[in-house]
Amino acid sequence: MVDPFITSFTIFVLAVFVGYHVVWNVTPALHTPLMAVTNAISGIIIVGAMLQVVDINGSELSITSVLGTIGIFLASINIFGGFLVTQRMLDMFKKKKK
Amino acid sequence: MENLSAILYLVAAVLFILALKGLSSPTSAIQGNRYGMIGMLIAVVTTFLIMDKPVLALIAGAIAAGGAIGAWKAKTVEMTGMPELVAAMHSLVGLSAVLIAVAAIFHSGVEHTGVQKIELFIGAFIGAITFTASVVAYGKLSGRFGAKAVNFGGQHLLNLVLALAMVGFGVLYFLSDSHAAFLMMVSIALVLGVTLIIPIGGADMPVVVSMLNSYSGWAAAGIGFTLNNPVLIIAGACVGASGAILSYIMCKAMNRSIVSVLLGGFGAEVATGGAAASGPKNYKSGSAEDAAFLMGNADSVIIVPGYGLAVSRAQHALQEFAELLSEKGVNVRYAIHPVAGRMPGHMNVLLAEAEVPYEQVQEMEEINSDFANTDVVLVIGANDVVNPAAQKDKASPIYGMPILEAHKARTVIVVKRSMNAGYAGLDNELFYLDKTMMVFGDAKKVVEELVKGGGH
Repeated sequence: MVDPFITSFTIFVLAVFVGYHVVWNVTPALHTPLMAVTNAISGIIIVGAMLQVVDINGSELSITSVLGTIGIFLASINIFGGFLVTQRMLDMFKKKKK
Repeated sequence: MENLSAILYLVAAVLFILALKGLSSPTSAIQGNRYGMIGMLIAVVTTFLIMDKPVLALIAGAIAAGGAIGAWKAKTVEMTGMPELVAAMHSLVGLSAVLIAVAAIFHSGVEHTGVQKIELFIGAFIGAITFTASVVAYGKLSGRFGAKAVNFGGQHLLNLVLALAMVGFGVLYFLSDSHAAFLMMVSIALVLGVTLIIPIGGADMPVVVSMLNSYSGWAAAGIGFTLNNPVLIIAGACVGASGAILSYIMCKAMNRSIVSVLLGGFGAEVATGGAAASGPKNYKSGSAEDAAFLMGNADSVIIVPGYGLAVSRAQHALQEFAELLSEKGVNVRYAIHPVAGRMPGHMNVLLAEAEVPYEQVQEMEEINSDFANTDVVLVIGANDVVNPAAQKDKASPIYGMPILEAHKARTVIVVKRSMNAGYAGLDNELFYLDKTMMVFGDAKKVVEELVKGGGH
């Protein structure tokens, strides 16, 4: 049985390569939207925060669940803010395309 | 259920990659952004599937509250304020990474293996540094803390001692499982985030913001390792790579090595170089009306916008003027230096907001060879990015920095507040050329006069 760390590490290294090649193809004119959308994507950390907000030994409120809730709150700001501001910027680029 | 969730996470990860891929052109980018949103939705819903006894009220409440704030910010932020918003968002990712790591430590009944402890340690300290460093970067960008570099003796030694202490407490946590040691480690990392960023001056902020973008990705990936969650690892790694590439591009555009940016002190270093300008030199100045006349009778005009343009909010008036010229049959284009704004691609967004057509905006490599065949170059609110010293003067602090070759055009018009030196504190020989005409005044006022002058 392969250690889960090795599996994770394999995924990680391959993802770095994919990210590297995909991002080099981003046109420089869209580097600011790129940063905004990567902000939204790093909001994926919400998944990690959600996993902490569980009933632990019959108690819904614990240090763990409260910290996790704050984490969800912060990540949600990123997700909504990041995607929506990206969309707002991209609309500006589209408008005068015509 | 485990298998289903794993596949759904994979779908989400692929959608994130498509979101980044879409940004290769403005038309595909809008669809790409939608893919990103769908990917996020899938990832969140999938997480519910694998959770054992989730506390729904807390989760839904937190998403609703955070989402409302995020949406409101996205709607109201000014495009000049994008760098601050981005820096603020990096800090949020960093802080969540710290909170998740601490939450996991205090998760009673869960034993962490040795590898997991190391992963928690890495996720938490990168998150903590990202958090406080981004707060400082936000403060510098928004002018709340002052953009100046803060330097003091023994700075690097202090950082080294802090880093060693941080690792020391990490080892202590690893050996003893002590919560206190982990919290000490996080606290030191928080301090380290501040001490690492304060020596970096305002001119280097585009690099710093890109770098923190990268860190926020690594922090997310680090948490993904702890939780063995592939979507976190993939998304984090892509964001990390993206930020690293942007940092590299920004460093190259300023001809600075990432090491010298991180060690800081740009402002101080340049002040000495700037003093080299000797004696009074002659320059020609003219009125906005003269400038409008020159450009109205030219065949081709290239506009070089700098951040000064955005500061005085002259983009819309400038676009109005460019349209007048186009109507007269003048070939008008905009030349963008990679560091024209305060973050990568910032000037492109500012011009897009002013409804400048996408085709008229060109990057440095695309347009540099055209300057020699151009009648008039209008430099507005820019200085160092058109300074020929970067190509000719080996003693200049900006020597080697790629520039827009405005000095090769037949006529150069420079709109500037006064003859004061630029951001880097350097004199610019472009201003003293025979073919250069200086137009003094606030960028917006001058451009408005240009519009009036271009009308007849």
